[in-house]
Amino acid sequence: MQMDLRTVSIQPLRQTYDPVARRFGDKPASRYQEGTYDIQSTANFHYRPTWDPDHEIFDTARTRIVMSDWYAFKDPRQFYYGAYTLARAKQQDAAEANLGFVENHGLVANLDAGLRDRAIALLLPLRHVAWGANLNGASVCAYGYGTAFTQPFIFQAMDHLAIAQYLTRIGLLLGAEETLDKAKESWLADDAWQGLRRYVEDTFVLKDPFELFIAQDVALDGLLYPLVFDTIVNGVFAAEGGTPIALTTQFMTDWFKETRRWADATVKTAATESPENRALIEKWVGHWRDRAAAALQPVAQIAVGDKADALIAEQVEQFNARLAKAGVKV
Amino acid sequence: MDMKTSSGKKLGLKEKYRHMTRGLDWETTYQKREDVFPYVAYEGIKIHDWDKWEDPFRLTMDSYWKYQAEKERKLYAIIDAYAQNNGHLNVTDARYLNAIKLFLTGISPLEYMAHRGFTHAGRAFPGSGPRVACLMQALDELRHAQTQIHSLSNYNKYYNGFHDPAHMLQRVWYLSVPRSFFDDAVTAGPFEFMVAIGFSFEYVLTNLLFVPFVSGAAYNGDMGTMTFGFSAQSDEARHMTLGLEIIKFILEQDPDNVPIVQRWIDKWTWRGYRVLTLVGMMMDYMLPKRIMSWKEAWEVYFEQNGGALFKDLSRYGIRPPKWLDQISFDKDHISHQAWATFYQYGAIADFHTWSPTEDELDWLSSKYPDSFDKYYRPRLDYWREQAEQGNRFYNKTLPQLCQTCQIPMVFTEPGDPTKICYREVDYQGEKFHFCSDGCKEIFENEPEKFKQSWLPANQIYQGNCFPDGTDPTVEGFDPVSKVLEYYNIQAGRDNLDFDGSEDQKNFAKWRGMATSNE
Repeated sequence: MQMDLRTVSIQPLRQTYDPVARRFGDKPASRYQEGTYDIQSTANFHYRPTWDPDHEIFDTARTRIVMSDWYAFKDPRQFYYGAYTLARAKQQDAAEANLGFVENHGLVANLDAGLRDRAIALLLPLRHVAWGANLNGASVCAYGYGTAFTQPFIFQAMDHLAIAQYLTRIGLLLGAEETLDKAKESWLADDAWQGLRRYVEDTFVLKDPFELFIAQDVALDGLLYPLVFDTIVNGVFAAEGGTPIALTTQFMTDWFKETRRWADATVKTAATESPENRALIEKWVGHWRDRAAAALQPVAQIAVGDKADALIAEQVEQFNARLAKAGVKV
Repeated sequence: MDMKTSSGKKLGLKEKYRHMTRGLDWETTYQKREDVFPYVAYEGIKIHDWDKWEDPFRLTMDSYWKYQAEKERKLYAIIDAYAQNNGHLNVTDARYLNAIKLFLTGISPLEYMAHRGFTHAGRAFPGSGPRVACLMQALDELRHAQTQIHSLSNYNKYYNGFHDPAHMLQRVWYLSVPRSFFDDAVTAGPFEFMVAIGFSFEYVLTNLLFVPFVSGAAYNGDMGTMTFGFSAQSDEARHMTLGLEIIKFILEQDPDNVPIVQRWIDKWTWRGYRVLTLVGMMMDYMLPKRIMSWKEAWEVYFEQNGGALFKDLSRYGIRPPKWLDQISFDKDHISHQAWATFYQYGAIADFHTWSPTEDELDWLSSKYPDSFDKYYRPRLDYWREQAEQGNRFYNKTLPQLCQTCQIPMVFTEPGDPTKICYREVDYQGEKFHFCSDGCKEIFENEPEKFKQSWLPANQIYQGNCFPDGTDPTVEGFDPVSKVLEYYNIQAGRDNLDFDGSEDQKNFAKWRGMATSNE
């Protein structure tokens, strides 16, 4: 049965703010739309940045990607601050429950020692990769153009910080404080990690925000997350009795599945805009994919030994298929 | 979050946080540090040990999400209820709406700028403590921009002047005052940005911005605005702590930093104070139910609270900001001078102005016994008489603007409220004009920056503020209507006097519908 509650009804003069009405017509708008479209300044800047006098504060010329409208980008998750925070708080609850379950049931103690060592050796240096990704997310958000494009990058930056912090907790759960220090030494000095560290440090000096997005969020995350968390942790480790480890990294698995949709949509929008954009993106994706695959090979070896080559090849194949769907052939 | 290691050892808060933040960082070797962090040296600030940074909050992301999500849930529940219930009809008087128009166009887009600015600062600092603190604030500032846009969205549906805040910020004459303030901060180096926004604005002056608007909302029945204000309060507390931490950190790192920081404090206190003129005017003239006068607010929030702060900072060799004598003298005057300006230029503003009622004039007389009756009341009385006879005064000549703060040159000489204050500087064969010694000195310290100012009055005269394709040479060309079109101010709806406005009529009609059976 329907209850017919009444409120005083007044005819509004307009349904939404002008920039949203100009784009979508004067009809009720979503909070994503009102909080996103055209809220970044584009005109009549007062001063040039003292830190980058060749550009305006926000400047389309910082990237070689050319868009007739930088608000062509749309986050399929429609994340504005509120939607983003609520989504993450929910995932945080789940992650907390998983970590608590593993801890309270003493599941780590029952892990095979060899498996535990391999998990530590594989996962803990990735704290630093995530910390690097935090810096890169900040770069794209700061120097990119248009809120529809830049807004997801502050979310990426903070998500990567969270991942670095979850990995830290996992490290402490699997080992001790010294375990973290040892992993950092590996990151700094072990041959297995130097390709990846060089990759990460090289992305720190990229000036083109869109290329940085490709190098970090598309190529590196696009190979690393499915390889490490899906294939190795959820597959190989779980098969060897490491399901408790997979419980602790569920946040990363879910997170990648979600953010990949946004990354694909972003690539697709830019690539569809013009053949020049597409060619540039294909060049960047090819270059950074090859470097990422090479850098991840010795990392995969830590966990799976001589099966690493096959695993990486499989990942690259899946990556190429994924990018093809986004309109990029590599 | 409780954290134990596999051996069952429980970690203290400090150790835990060290692993969660500091331990993540490393010194790059494949790329040079100065290439990874290229913006950290050129301001001349010397930092010897980034690890001396004390993280004020030690907040990890999982806790951040948890607390913030709780606040978001509550806030949006109230926003929805307020809208559903036509809460806008409960405000004291429809004139009040103009105070929040000023907020939505003058402040909310700056919250967005703060979001990008803190992202830039966080990216620029090599220390992991300041990086995380800045990025969390960057995320918060996005929250503030969006919650304000969402809270005020319902007002936009029913009232004029709310419809295009970000567009107006980049064009409308008086909005270049808050906008150039933030452009100035964001184009400065990351350390100056932190002193400008993190310290001077968020710490020293924030009570003079937020308290008047949020308390003003609470006093005037505006639960929508009040709610986002209260919801932002705990974020602001974090930001204020960050602002104080950054200044102490910079000062403690090297004595050579002291004179640089002192110049920034002088500059940004003055710049911030000039922007707050708009708030002073709002407090004294635009709130139907007043909280306190601008003068009282300045005395409580700056002279008392700020006085204690600068006493505390004196151990680093920092003295109180320059030009405080003038500010102290001016507190009897600026809100009246500003209102008179907006009253005159009411045809090209996106909100309404009006003649204060007799009661309101009496209130002003009692709050400003040394200045109001002598200098300002007679003019308001005269304007009101004229308006009642059908001669509402609109000034049709564009004012000269100050090159630094961009406020029309309406302020008076320190010590003489009958004489307009003019200062000028010759630079590279051009004359630049200033409203005060403070603005003049700020220009002289950075002429290459401030010669770039996009001054709205000058831009109109240069023909840069008409819609694309406008031909100013056609017969009967009406520049004002074209400027309004460029501003996206709807002539006859957004602008002019409150008396006779659509807002006034609609509010009366709708309140009638909501409170009677007519």
